[in-house]
Amino acid sequence: MTAASALLQYVISGVTVGATYGLTALGFTVIYNTTEIINFAQGEFVMLGGMLAVFALRWGGVPLPLAVPLAVLIVTAVGVLVDRVTIRPMRGRSTLTLIIITIGMSILLRGGAMLLFGKDTFSLPAFSPGGPIEIGGATVLPQTLWVVGITLLTVAGMKVFFERTLSGKAMLACACDRKAASLMGIHVDSMVTLSFAFSALVGALGGVILAPITLTAYDVGILLGVKGFAACILGGLGNPFGAVVGGVILGVLESLGAGLVSSGYKDAVAFVILLGLLFVRPSGLFGASRAERV
Amino acid sequence: MGFRGGHNAGVLAFAVAAALVPFALPNDYYLTVLIVGGFHTILVIGLNLLMGYAGQVSLGHAAFYGLAAYTTGILTGTHQWPVPAGIAVALALSTAVAWLIAVPTLKLRGNYLAMGTLGFGIIVYIVFNEATSLTGGPSGFTGIPKLSFAGKVFSSDREYYYVVWGAVLLLLVLSQNLVRSRMGRALRAIHTSETAAAVLGVDTNRYKIFVFVLSAFYAAVAGVLYAHYVTFVSPGSFGFHTSVQLVTMVVLGGMASIWGAVLGALFLTFLPEALRAIENFDILVYGAILILCMMFLPGGLADGARKGWDAAAGLVRRGTHGAGAGKGGGR
Repeated sequence: MTAASALLQYVISGVTVGATYGLTALGFTVIYNTTEIINFAQGEFVMLGGMLAVFALRWGGVPLPLAVPLAVLIVTAVGVLVDRVTIRPMRGRSTLTLIIITIGMSILLRGGAMLLFGKDTFSLPAFSPGGPIEIGGATVLPQTLWVVGITLLTVAGMKVFFERTLSGKAMLACACDRKAASLMGIHVDSMVTLSFAFSALVGALGGVILAPITLTAYDVGILLGVKGFAACILGGLGNPFGAVVGGVILGVLESLGAGLVSSGYKDAVAFVILLGLLFVRPSGLFGASRAERV
Repeated sequence: MGFRGGHNAGVLAFAVAAALVPFALPNDYYLTVLIVGGFHTILVIGLNLLMGYAGQVSLGHAAFYGLAAYTTGILTGTHQWPVPAGIAVALALSTAVAWLIAVPTLKLRGNYLAMGTLGFGIIVYIVFNEATSLTGGPSGFTGIPKLSFAGKVFSSDREYYYVVWGAVLLLLVLSQNLVRSRMGRALRAIHTSETAAAVLGVDTNRYKIFVFVLSAFYAAVAGVLYAHYVTFVSPGSFGFHTSVQLVTMVVLGGMASIWGAVLGALFLTFLPEALRAIENFDILVYGAILILCMMFLPGGLADGARKGWDAAAGLVRRGTHGAGAGKGGGR
């Protein structure tokens, strides 16, 4: 393999994993925009997506094309439940209190998954059959195309939703100014619930599409959550487009770090670059530096 | 707040209670848990100075804890240094690293600061894992000598308990004096509004760096005590999970409350031990208790305890009143 094709290979695998980080980051962003909460259970939504699909397939005997949407749907319902049970009754409490509640929720979801599914590692079959495709000396798994395609579709769908639909505009209004939004007759509570549903949906989607490439287990959510958080900070917190781009950049950095530096230090390489960037641009790549209200 | 005015009495009562507890314990297992609770208390008092008073969140505090533990472990274990020398260098190194990190990181705000400290914590954790020749890698570092000072080796749990809780007491008094000083007022001003504090002439950057370094020093003290107690360190004890757990202890105990820090640390140290009996379900119950505490005790355990105490005192007063006057003394 030539140096160029090796490099291309790193970028391709980086984009694949990075797309999932991007979807996780998108989930963080949607909830952050309506509530200013960093949802620590976001990684668990991703984990649940993968695990539920595996179990629908294995034990439920549900065929793959049905198992995937089923898993995503269930996780979306979990997202709504999380909001209704723990976030909505706590309106007006400090953001930090709410964040600790999401930490408790992530412990609950992880523990529940461990009890239900056990501590083993599982994998999901690829969405379509066929061997790897060769592009410029690098190999591309068909699943990579699924990952990139579904991520792009999701981002495009989100863009249409936020710009073209009334609910989407209402959610953006809540993100700008909750009080003003509620004075305009927007039901802020419903928008928060919707944002939890959305973030669970995109998180689960990320988990499902990645499961055939990397393995999944009850505790993969922690690391995916950390990477997703890093991705949305890298892109600039609150910017959905930045979140996805941040995820892809983080994935590629990691993959290059693993290939060119060392696989053990790959995460360290990504985080060193992330920190370096934050020191130069303290509000991320695409984050607007807002004036602070005194 | 509830102990205002009587805080010396509070410290004295706490010291007496801490000194007497070992005599009331049924077995050494509880002593071990209390020693670990002491490490957590030191860490959480330090982190509360940073989070509760100055309003700066750190998601990488376990790194300083681990840095000190590994430094003294390697110096005394591999290089056969005397324990006090290893400890001194470990404390100095962790404090220096904290300062180096604080200067650029504290320019970040809110979630960006959380991310900066989290990133630092992850980098340190990866180094513990990967620098195998130095740290022993994922399987850990063994052969750290027990704590000793001028020929005296602290090898029994009971002796160690007094060393650890002596340190807790010292750092607790130090923190109490600090938050009541001019510096404490400056930190609270920064918490309320950094811009307003700066306008009023508070050198916000200097104070933020100072309190960050101080809280890292507390973590380092806990780290060296941990290393020479367990005589073994491994990366798992100093990862992201530990950092998050420390933040949880601060918030659950009560922000800007030193007694809250003690309560939060001890509660979350004992809870998993108490839940051990219901194996596998313990995680679920732990998560549920955490959520319920946060939902129903908005001011944290310290605030909850004070309210509970006030309510109980009110009931007692009402009870004696009622009996004396012959009819219900409602108010």
